[in-house]
Amino acid sequence: MFPASFKYHKPGSLIEAVELLATLGDEAKLLAGGHSLIPALKLRLAQPQHLIDLSGVGDLNQVRVTGNTLIIGATTTHWQVESSPVVRNVLPYLSKVAALIADPQVRNRGTIGGSVVNADPAADYPASILALNAEMVCISRSGQRVVEAADWFQGLMTTAIEESEILSEIRIPLLSSNSVATYLKLPHPASRFAVVGIAAIATLTADGQCADARIGVTGVGSTASRANHVERQLLHQRFDVKRIDHASDAACEGLDIDGDMHFSADDKRQLCRVYVRRALHQLRALAESGSFQPAIGDVV
Amino acid sequence: MKHSISITVNGEKRSNEVESRLLLVHFLRDVLGLTGTHVGCDTSQCGACTVSLSGQAVKSCTILAVQADGTDVVTIEGIGADGKLHPIQEAFRSHHGLQCGFCTPGMIMAVKQLLERYPDPTPEEIRHQLDGNICRCTGYHGIIKAIEAAADEMGSKPNPRHKQTAAS
Repeated sequence: MFPASFKYHKPGSLIEAVELLATLGDEAKLLAGGHSLIPALKLRLAQPQHLIDLSGVGDLNQVRVTGNTLIIGATTTHWQVESSPVVRNVLPYLSKVAALIADPQVRNRGTIGGSVVNADPAADYPASILALNAEMVCISRSGQRVVEAADWFQGLMTTAIEESEILSEIRIPLLSSNSVATYLKLPHPASRFAVVGIAAIATLTADGQCADARIGVTGVGSTASRANHVERQLLHQRFDVKRIDHASDAACEGLDIDGDMHFSADDKRQLCRVYVRRALHQLRALAESGSFQPAIGDVV
Repeated sequence: MKHSISITVNGEKRSNEVESRLLLVHFLRDVLGLTGTHVGCDTSQCGACTVSLSGQAVKSCTILAVQADGTDVVTIEGIGADGKLHPIQEAFRSHHGLQCGFCTPGMIMAVKQLLERYPDPTPEEIRHQLDGNICRCTGYHGIIKAIEAAADEMGSKPNPRHKQTAAS
């Protein structure tokens, strides 16, 4: 298989890329790691007239910490997030999430920005983007626009990004030092996409109460979403087995769960409840073993 | 529209005019005649097309040749030296790490990165790092034996745990 013909452009700066995109309009597609786009081109699911390769835009490939925010450039690869000493220090949770995406070869090429913009319903990052309350920074000719995670994922492979915009970076507020975080997924055996993926983050008080719970769900619906009903049932309650088991039963409430060629909608609902429960139990075990997130400000 | 690209392949600079839509694997196989790199699933799952690009294992069926412009590519043909097999190739041969052999070039290129990143890998690391390579003959046990043997050969001293795998 090979793609239909297109014109290839490789801008050397973000300004140049934004101008190209503005000029070429909807006949152009942005190319980052290409591990969703190139398969789509090969299958002729996408046949853009122009590809704008962002690999020459160095500004998009960086990881840094400013204050209490981890900033990851859009073309940072999964392997870079997995292996970055900065990410491992300030938000080890995210390194572990990155290490579970696809396989090593794909992680060497696939990018966080590509994943977040493509918004594949079974992609891993979206669940964590939601649970982490990340912000997406979009650049266009008219300037910069910041979109909160809650407003980002809008439907099947649809996000808040505009056609004229390029996602430049993702801003992630660091977790407080009384937070525990985990990502639990059932990977598809061949593709490693998430059949169900649960990103769970809880902030606990010294006496074991849940001060904050954020649960991102991917894989089961047309787009990633938060398990709001579970979160509400956990909030200001003791974070114990009974409460977790009870709350997890509500995992599918308010979610639009679809069946696919591998699993019926009923199977997915059951998997969703089970994986939410397991993820929350993991959080409890992490808290008991003292495996909290690094204190904010430890490393800059 | 054609593009001039220049890629160092197995240490040799190769300059060509290519169409923007030409995939790296087809550049290697059809333009350069390096047919050791295989096309298996053609959907970035099986890993038979794995090559090293700028030191990283990648699936060459999912990269455009133009994206590889200016990079260093190493294929299965380029890992041995002085007429000798690479220690990973030697280990695959000695430990029955292949049956039909179709996945083997990609498997070996993936293992090369595995041992660079994890010189003394645990069994879990070996399995996790092979996620991107599928063997239709399901000959995985021999592959794992071969990887441990190669790690011993390439490392400073053999890991005693590997004797158990080799005997199993």
